[in-house]
Amino acid sequence: MKKLSLFLMVFIVIVAFFSVFALPLSAKEPPAEGGPLPVIKLPIPKSPEEKNYLGIKGEGSFTIPQIKAKVVIIEIFSMYCPYCQKEAPTVNDLYNAIENSTDLKEKIKIIGIGAGNTPLEVDVFRKKYQIPFPLFPDVDYSIHKVCGEVRTPYFIGVKINENGTHEVIFSRLGSIQDANQFLEVILSRSGLKKEGK
Amino acid sequence: MVCKNVFTITGTVALFIALAILSDVLAAKKEDVCPGPAEIFKDYIYQPGILKPIDSKPKLKVGDKAPDFTLSSISGEKVSLSKYRGKKNVVISFVPAAWTPVCSDQWPGYNLVKDIFDQHDAILLGITVDNIPTLYAWTRPMGDVWFPVLSDFWPHGKVAQKYGVLRSNGVSERALFVINKKGIIRYIDLHDINKRPPLEDLVRELEKLKN
Repeated sequence: MKKLSLFLMVFIVIVAFFSVFALPLSAKEPPAEGGPLPVIKLPIPKSPEEKNYLGIKGEGSFTIPQIKAKVVIIEIFSMYCPYCQKEAPTVNDLYNAIENSTDLKEKIKIIGIGAGNTPLEVDVFRKKYQIPFPLFPDVDYSIHKVCGEVRTPYFIGVKINENGTHEVIFSRLGSIQDANQFLEVILSRSGLKKEGK
Repeated sequence: MVCKNVFTITGTVALFIALAILSDVLAAKKEDVCPGPAEIFKDYIYQPGILKPIDSKPKLKVGDKAPDFTLSSISGEKVSLSKYRGKKNVVISFVPAAWTPVCSDQWPGYNLVKDIFDQHDAILLGITVDNIPTLYAWTRPMGDVWFPVLSDFWPHGKVAQKYGVLRSNGVSERALFVINKKGIIRYIDLHDINKRPPLEDLVRELEKLKN
């Protein structure tokens, strides 16, 4: 009986160990629409313009729901990905469509996460396509892993509620095709369309 | 007796749960080979799994004269290393094979940074052991590549062999050689085949050529 108890104890410990250490490593699926976003910690940008854009103060790290917005659009990209290269002007169009709307510019923010990209690689992408929104390197793919190791480009829209909760309202692989149509989808799914008009 | 059975069943269930979680962890680790491949290649990339990081014996070292070669490019012209002697610094990027992970992402990145090569008076030569039609088809989705894409197909892997980067299965290593205008090798990155070399390393070595 003692041996059995020991056997049981050992496996409970193993299960507990892998439960604690395995889960944050990776997710099998991308964030599901209607569900929560995985915890993504990003460094607070040094540039005052980017801090101001995100409404984040101080130093250290922040999470997506801390961004001062009602909706955050996340693009998971790679400098090395030809589709992401082709997509860059369209995402810039999306940014401009939002920023040129006095109603939307404080409500919708965009960020990019460079899967497996180093700071220089992200910087090359930023300069090449004159990307006006904040881009973050994900050198060790840690963010990419918690987002289900998606192919690129991948777009996630997150609605941030007044009470601090959040919900994924868009999660899809591939081109957004048309900036204005994509924006319509985001406005509709987030409820901003009714509110803004 | 009942108690003993309960413990046995519980223990077995715990064992299966532990194994299931362990297999998830291992599966996640295996996928590290090709995390986040570009959507453009989604259905066309062969996944070989994790490969032995290096599978060749180095033949060259920094300070050696770079062996000359002449190879056919996808544009139809033949390219010789010696034609750049005294004119351009040369970066040779050996990648293992077309239609494989990592490689399919590496050159599209280089395709974006022509200005960095220009600033350092350097040309990039991309080499694989694939034949020309394969290389042509594989590089089309990358857009118009600004650098010569060279085929080391026949005699198979002869140049890779000269540079000491031919693996035992006939593909090349993922390797970078930086060669100065005098034709001397200034940097060798015999990289883990499963990983992409960071751009920072290459830029740093190109910077050194200015000194």
